Amino acid sequence: MPEHAHPSTAGADQPALRLDQVTCIFNAPDGTPYTAMRDACLDVAPGEFVSVVGPTGCGKSTLLNMAAGLLRPTSGQVQVFGQPLHGVNTRAGYMFQGEALMPWRNALANVSAGLEFAGVAAAEITARSREWLRRVGLGGFEDRYPHQMSGGMRKRVMLAQTLIRDPDIILMDEPFSALDIQTRQLMENEVLDLWMDRRKAVLFITHDLDEAIAMSDRVVVLSAGPATHPIGEFTIDIPRPRDVAEVRMHARFVELHQAIWAVLRDEVLKGYERQRLQP
Amino acid sequence: MKSEFSKPVLRALQLALLVAVLLIWHWASLSRNVAFFFGRPLEVAQVIWAWFVTDAGIYRHLWITLSETVLAFFIGTVGGLGFGLWLGLSRNASALLEPYVTAANSMPRVILAPIFGMWFGLGIWSKVALAVTLVFFIVFFNVYRGVREVSPTLLDNARMLGASRRQLLRHVYLPSATSWVFSSLHTSVGLAFVGAVVGEYLGSAAGVGYLILQAEGTLDVNTVFAGIVVLTVFALLLDGLVSLAERRLLVWQPGPGESGKV
Repeated sequence: MPEHAHPSTAGADQPALRLDQVTCIFNAPDGTPYTAMRDACLDVAPGEFVSVVGPTGCGKSTLLNMAAGLLRPTSGQVQVFGQPLHGVNTRAGYMFQGEALMPWRNALANVSAGLEFAGVAAAEITARSREWLRRVGLGGFEDRYPHQMSGGMRKRVMLAQTLIRDPDIILMDEPFSALDIQTRQLMENEVLDLWMDRRKAVLFITHDLDEAIAMSDRVVVLSAGPATHPIGEFTIDIPRPRDVAEVRMHARFVELHQAIWAVLRDEVLKGYERQRLQP
Repeated sequence: MKSEFSKPVLRALQLALLVAVLLIWHWASLSRNVAFFFGRPLEVAQVIWAWFVTDAGIYRHLWITLSETVLAFFIGTVGGLGFGLWLGLSRNASALLEPYVTAANSMPRVILAPIFGMWFGLGIWSKVALAVTLVFFIVFFNVYRGVREVSPTLLDNARMLGASRRQLLRHVYLPSATSWVFSSLHTSVGLAFVGAVVGEYLGSAAGVGYLILQAEGTLDVNTVFAGIVVLTVFALLLDGLVSLAERRLLVWQPGPGESGKV
């Protein structure tokens, strides 16, 4: 069950999120244990935008689910502002990769869900939800149901739904991977603008290196699975504010891309080999 | 599959088919032997006319049959919903009860009618009980499946948005299960009606099924057919009502002709 009572003063010098030597072992359907993640360490400072890149199937979502408290590490510890995490991470907002909107709620009701669960007064809920829909560019679409919206619009609703609770940590699992490239760049810029506004800690999972470099302060490279762990870390010292489309032309971007790709490439090949061998 | 006829032409052809069948029936039943087994369309119409207009005696029976249907529908739906939610959410309970649920569902439930007659008498409640056993399982299985198939992402998302266990039930499981109940609404309303009529037919003092039973006892085949026609019309009306309710309550679901995007 969610725990409250985080001392709000704690964590000025603590990382917003710390994965300390976490290992995660699953039991495969046939009973054999599968080590998805081994001894992974990762810190995200308050206000820092960290991207995690890795080959497909390396357990990036596992990492995020542990940070969210949806999955308990087999060993090791997750810390949130210095406190060990038990149950769901109440200080985090999670933007999922797949469809996570409630199909029986319209856009407005979906955005307001978090406030409703927290027992905020009805009038305030409506006002704040409208404001957030407007902020993600969906003013006037309050009454649309998820099936009446495009993929991009649904992602915007999910973004508003996550951010309206004003979480201190934002977890994003390939949030834009299903979008076409134009919509994607638009949304990336919007997310960056919103983030620049409030500067929350962000842990952003992607398989797109360009996206990772364009948006982040730091990029972490994961090894191919099984027993995934971080194998490289790169500080992205490109000045902000950035435009995700323009930043790709930046000389430093190209340098960083080459450096990170050199590390990532072998892992991608390993991951690819492994997937190809599996039927 | 789309037919090549335009809509008015199609309607005209459908009407013509009905008229043709009635004409053949009428012509064939001019023979006394045929009429004994199949009745005469004109006499069937007379019976119906008498029921609804001159005697106006059928309303009491219709009222009873429809009350049984509606009661059975609500009791069966609420029971199936509650039980389905419970078993869907509790792995232990479902593992324990699984063989019994399967057994209860595969049992031919019409056979329970005499027992219900003994328990609840010849009034409406024995019919309601029979119809409830039909409705209950339809709703139960749909809700059970609905609860088991709630998208994990949806659940995780709701939990991350701070939903407590009760809020998950109220805001995720229940709406999700309700949509499954609605998808089975046509079947369950139809079966409630079937249960009521069959129950009446097997022993009762009132209802449209009772009318048919009485007529059969006196070999009055015209009245039997009149009863069948009335039942069919009311089954269609009920089905229409369900479609109407569906359109009102499931605005959030994409219609069959609607694409997922704008």
